[in-house]
Amino acid sequence: MKYIEEFRDPKAARGVIDAIAQVADEIGATRDAPVRIMEICGGHTHAIFRYGLDKLVHEGIEFIHGPGCPVCVLPMSRVDECIEIAERPEVIFTTFGDAMRVPGTGKSLLQAKAAGADVRMVYSPLDALELARRNPARQVVFFGLGFETTTPSTALSIQQADREGLGNFTVFCNHITVPPPIKALLDDPHMVLDGFVGPGHVSMVIGTRPYDFIPQDYGKPIVVAGFEPLDLLQSVLMVLRQIAEGRAEVENQYARVVRKDGNAASLAAVHAVYEPRPSFEWRGLGEIDKSGLRIRDRYAAFDAEVRFGVGYGAGPRKIAEPEGCSCGFVMTGRMKPTGCSMFGSECTPETPLGALMVSSEGACAAYWQYGGRRQAAETELADPR
Amino acid sequence: MCLGIPGQIVEIADAATNIAVADVSGVRRRVNVTCVAGGDVNDLVGCWVLIHVGFAMALIYEDEARKTMETLISLGEAQEEFDAMLAGDRAVAGIP
Repeated sequence: MKYIEEFRDPKAARGVIDAIAQVADEIGATRDAPVRIMEICGGHTHAIFRYGLDKLVHEGIEFIHGPGCPVCVLPMSRVDECIEIAERPEVIFTTFGDAMRVPGTGKSLLQAKAAGADVRMVYSPLDALELARRNPARQVVFFGLGFETTTPSTALSIQQADREGLGNFTVFCNHITVPPPIKALLDDPHMVLDGFVGPGHVSMVIGTRPYDFIPQDYGKPIVVAGFEPLDLLQSVLMVLRQIAEGRAEVENQYARVVRKDGNAASLAAVHAVYEPRPSFEWRGLGEIDKSGLRIRDRYAAFDAEVRFGVGYGAGPRKIAEPEGCSCGFVMTGRMKPTGCSMFGSECTPETPLGALMVSSEGACAAYWQYGGRRQAAETELADPR
Repeated sequence: MCLGIPGQIVEIADAATNIAVADVSGVRRRVNVTCVAGGDVNDLVGCWVLIHVGFAMALIYEDEARKTMETLISLGEAQEEFDAMLAGDRAVAGIP
């Protein structure tokens, strides 16, 4: 069998896969009436496809790919605002490479760069800070993007800029948080989820308590998982066991990195610098209450929205999506990527139309990248031993 | 971005700003260690950490670091991280 041999410990993986099958049978999960488990994190989505986990587990388990790829949920309007800032002659606009090809309504940052804007790919907000120190006559803007995992990095960078009195460094804040969209998905009457595999590195920062509402208010299990394939399989088994035993709890499979209370230093920096926005727009999901962060007044000097007069508060905002794009349906589990008429035709990783095709953590890009390889393995999978 | 990359702290570059040097698969990088510092920042030398966008976010065991690196290589994410680090260096140096 092709994929399982790539596991570090194929025997252990086989044991977990067998246990998953046993519990799935016990609770009556079938291909037609599957147990639907959402992996929230885009990194998990990538790993599931890379190792073909959805094909390895019992056919009664269906993975729903959640909204946990920050590049994928970035709305076109925010890309447009990035470009508006980046095209100012005094600006050096710095961004993670992932965001370069996300299409706005007119163009992407990559296209803006080709047209002459000073857009630079960086690895870290520390690079942007260094650019600000070296270029005092320019305005250096960092595109703050990501969930709770990367939020501490920009919070600490803003505090460092404040200590140094760097007057030419700002952050265009697009940080978002995991729990509010999960609540929005659970409140959606079209959504039928049986449990969650929770994000590992987001939880490393925030801990596991912020997920308490999932079992308490919605009666659904959630298991925070690591990124190795065996971690994911074990987490699926833990979700299934909760269902089989009639339990709904927050469990932590990734205890070697994740603590119940998270990382205190990270949380302190984030709370000092950021506060929740009343609402924030997600591509495919629309505006979600208190799902995004903004820079507190105390640090307004480092807020690109304030300095350049763009974004929330600058005027009425129109939610724009590419015509015919089904990213929203895919993200809420109502459509598989291959169900979209644009998949593989107008929309490919080279020329992405929807955000889910842009990042390697997006469900569509993962389907595309591993599709051929998986089809070749299908015959082997028919006889897994 | 969300998977991070493991490294070992080899020296403290600037204790006042919590900047250390980490060895990431043989590549030396400056990382901010505020989130893992705890008490004396110098105690971090020799520790293994999980690094996200230039910030050490968790202390991990060496064995966990090795396994994580293997998974990242398998996912193609390790190369993406190294490419991003190089891109960052070029951006700071003003090399187009």
